[in-house]
Amino acid sequence: MAADELERRIIVATQGGLPLVPDPWGAVAGELGIPPEELLARIGSMLERGVIRRIGAVPNHYAIGYTANGMSVWDIDDAAIEAVGEWLGALSAVTHCYRRPRRLPDWPYNLFAMVHGRSHDAVREQIEDIAARLESRFPATCRARDVLFSSAILKKTGLRIRDAG
Amino acid sequence: MSGRRTPADGPVALDDIDRALINALQGDFPLSRQPFAEVGLRLGLTEEEVLVRLQRLLDARVLTRFGPMFQIERIGGAFCLAAMSVPDDVFEHVAAQVNAFAEVAHNYRRVHALNMWFVLATERPDGIADCAGRIEAATGLPVFLFPKEREYFVEMKLEA
Repeated sequence: MAADELERRIIVATQGGLPLVPDPWGAVAGELGIPPEELLARIGSMLERGVIRRIGAVPNHYAIGYTANGMSVWDIDDAAIEAVGEWLGALSAVTHCYRRPRRLPDWPYNLFAMVHGRSHDAVREQIEDIAARLESRFPATCRARDVLFSSAILKKTGLRIRDAG
Repeated sequence: MSGRRTPADGPVALDDIDRALINALQGDFPLSRQPFAEVGLRLGLTEEEVLVRLQRLLDARVLTRFGPMFQIERIGGAFCLAAMSVPDDVFEHVAAQVNAFAEVAHNYRRVHALNMWFVLATERPDGIADCAGRIEAATGLPVFLFPKEREYFVEMKLEA
């Protein structure tokens, strides 16, 4: 494991969530056997370096009304993918946007953009709108597209690394 | 740790305070000795009210988790999207087999020939291919890996 040992221990102690007590950082520091100030300084550094993306609540999209979660996938000409990806990611309807390898012949798509909405129709409508704008802005770069709706969350625990001990 | 929670199946009734709390807790959680009191101050709630509501939102599975979200790539680990094509008659069984791997961070059923999509999180980059191999061995089904080649900037928040 390349990670600093303290950071590894911090991840193991908090990956299941912070304790819901008035002083959660103090409680975690106590569990790790370090002064709270040291923990807070280290967490601050992990945030700055991007080891921690953010600290907060992870909503269940279904429960807060975003019942439709469409993974839009696009087969974009390799020559244009960077420009198309930047453009697509900046759209307000898109919550994640990644370039990934194709898996031919099963899977021709190289750009993935997650679109959340309050119904499948709302998501489909947004994707149709995106497709039309994409075609006018980057003509003939999109060869095929599809949208995959989720029908069940099978697991959502987040990262789990093993305790070194 | 309490028993495993499964995610809520559909929308749960939330009041305006719940929504304000969820939106306020999506980032910038204070690095202080009384962070919930500080969050409460912004919303006109007491520390205790914040804690009670947050616990209730977790128990009702409106929130799946509260705490830091790690980018394990930054400390030498890896995340990878993966997909499988699972026959309907064994879907539940295969889902249980796949979910039993601690490396599976989340897993969604999707409507497509590739109908199971999950994310692997491992402490080392070579752990991804190794874990995919073990899932293939356990299920007898091929695992397609879709590593992230590039992430395009997006605004991460969803409004409750």
